[in-house]
Amino acid sequence: MTVRTVDRVVGPRRPARPSPPAARERWSFLDRETPLGYLLVLPMAVVVLGLVGYPLVLTVWFSLTDKSLGSDTVSFVGLTNYLELLDDPVFARTMWNTFNYTVTAVLAKLVLGLVMALALNEVRRFRRFFRAAFLLPWVVPSSLSVLAWMWMFQADFSVLTYLGRQVGLVDGNIPWLGEAGWAMAAVQTVNIWRGAPFFGIIILAGLATVPKELVEAAVVDGASAWQRLRYVILPHLTPILVVVTLFSFVQTLGDFQIVWILTNGGPVNSTHLISTLAFRTGIRGADIASGSAISFFVFPALAAIIALQLTVMRRKAK
Amino acid sequence: MTTVSGRAARPPLPAPPPRTGRLLRRLKLGRRLLITVTMTLFTVFTLFPFVWMALTSLRTGSDLYRVADRPFSVSGLTLEHFRELLTETKFLTWTLNSLIVALSASAIALVIGVPAAYSLGRLRYRGGAVVGVIVFSTYLLPPALLFIPMNVVVNRLHLGNTLGALILVYLTFLVPFIAWMLSSYFQSLPVELAEAARIDGASRLRAMMVIDLPLVLPGVVSVFFFAFTLCWQEYLYALTFVRSTDKQPVAVGLVNALQVGDVFAWGQLMGGALLGALPVVIIFSFLMDYYLSGLTAGAVKG
Repeated sequence: MTVRTVDRVVGPRRPARPSPPAARERWSFLDRETPLGYLLVLPMAVVVLGLVGYPLVLTVWFSLTDKSLGSDTVSFVGLTNYLELLDDPVFARTMWNTFNYTVTAVLAKLVLGLVMALALNEVRRFRRFFRAAFLLPWVVPSSLSVLAWMWMFQADFSVLTYLGRQVGLVDGNIPWLGEAGWAMAAVQTVNIWRGAPFFGIIILAGLATVPKELVEAAVVDGASAWQRLRYVILPHLTPILVVVTLFSFVQTLGDFQIVWILTNGGPVNSTHLISTLAFRTGIRGADIASGSAISFFVFPALAAIIALQLTVMRRKAK
Repeated sequence: MTTVSGRAARPPLPAPPPRTGRLLRRLKLGRRLLITVTMTLFTVFTLFPFVWMALTSLRTGSDLYRVADRPFSVSGLTLEHFRELLTETKFLTWTLNSLIVALSASAIALVIGVPAAYSLGRLRYRGGAVVGVIVFSTYLLPPALLFIPMNVVVNRLHLGNTLGALILVYLTFLVPFIAWMLSSYFQSLPVELAEAARIDGASRLRAMMVIDLPLVLPGVVSVFFFAFTLCWQEYLYALTFVRSTDKQPVAVGLVNALQVGDVFAWGQLMGGALLGALPVVIIFSFLMDYYLSGLTAGAVKG
């Protein structure tokens, strides 16, 4: 018995025993932080450079050529693809759609998430249930949950229209996905439905960091609920709101499947986003050059938001 | 004497007038009502699509066509749609494809990402901060920016229309994700244990393997499952690279194959969406708290 106990104590230490001297010298450079640091990061660097950096460069290159799927000869055409896009009314519409979709959805998610967090923060019972219920849209793959929305948006079978009729808001059928204005509102609704819980949960965590004494002091001073929110809680939450909003901007800007599955960019291109138009042009239409040019249009906004995000996070870390 | 006893008889503090008390109570009641209504509305908003999905998948076919007039009157429940889904469609193949891709990509990403996380979280060297910034930016880049050139790269590697393409390309977001999540985990570990091992003569690499890795194991396991869910949710790359229905993952196969002309098999579609979401929901039900703390730690503490 005793021997076994001793064995167990010695066991874990065995690997830490020094290695034979020869091997130790050959690998001793790995004991310095710099070589070891680079070595351990190397596989990731290969993945990032080869599978992200290289395609990123390819996008720019393709967008300056006339490359299409299946063609062997590729020639440099300068900015022709970009100039053609700027002349294209469908592309102009797509740019506006992307802006509208992103800004509206992100702002709605921010407001809804804030309300969600404030309400959830007051709830004592069933907290776990509510948290899980709110997070479900965020967790379920959106390509699958969007099917439920598609079913609810079917003009002739829509349960939403039915409910609206019961309440007396709606008369007749609503062309949810069949008419430009409705279709844009529909895809935005699904995006908001999926993304608001994310805001809610993050902001809820932020609320937990607001010092109780501050809020109580405001109560003693006679501040109303609105004043407490406006002058005590919101200023405290600002850094979190900024980070989560920027993160959501990136995500929403790159959104694809909600629009692709629900409307396919229609009716008459009225809901195309940069991502869906790029897919239609560059993959379905085999026009790699033009598709690359289209998708590259998200890059400036994306780079600006990521740079801002990094600045904010670095300032917070200090 | 009389004044003293009179003073003593007086209550120490005047009780608040009852009117204010009632008002306060009414205010509190109004507040609670407001919160209850808000919570109910949010719960209906977030859960209704799923309830509707479940209800649709269980209705009989003839019932489905009367849905416009009487959506909530159900004449009978049936598992017919699920039976058809599992026997007459390739649903099980799609699920298997999703499993293969998610498990292999997550495992490979761990092998690449864990050492990188250790390097970023524990070691100080020139350029380390720059690598951290690049990792974070890469994690944020959406597939929408890269899928067109990625398709060309995949075809050049002769991986077009294979699951291998997905496994390879998913590394582009999995590896930065893992490195980012676990580097802060490595940072939070006490360094004393590893230092003690080094004083005992262990090399840095050995201290990492024997001391630090076992300590981050819970984090590694959780991150593996999150990576798994990221793969399971991916749609755009899968749609771009994999064209034949035999090789598509659930997210793509279900949407593409169940549309016959303009007619959708709604019952099967809803059933498939529910079943397809199940693995991720199960993972989250076990790891919700960990997921939330990981998610919020980044945003709240920065």
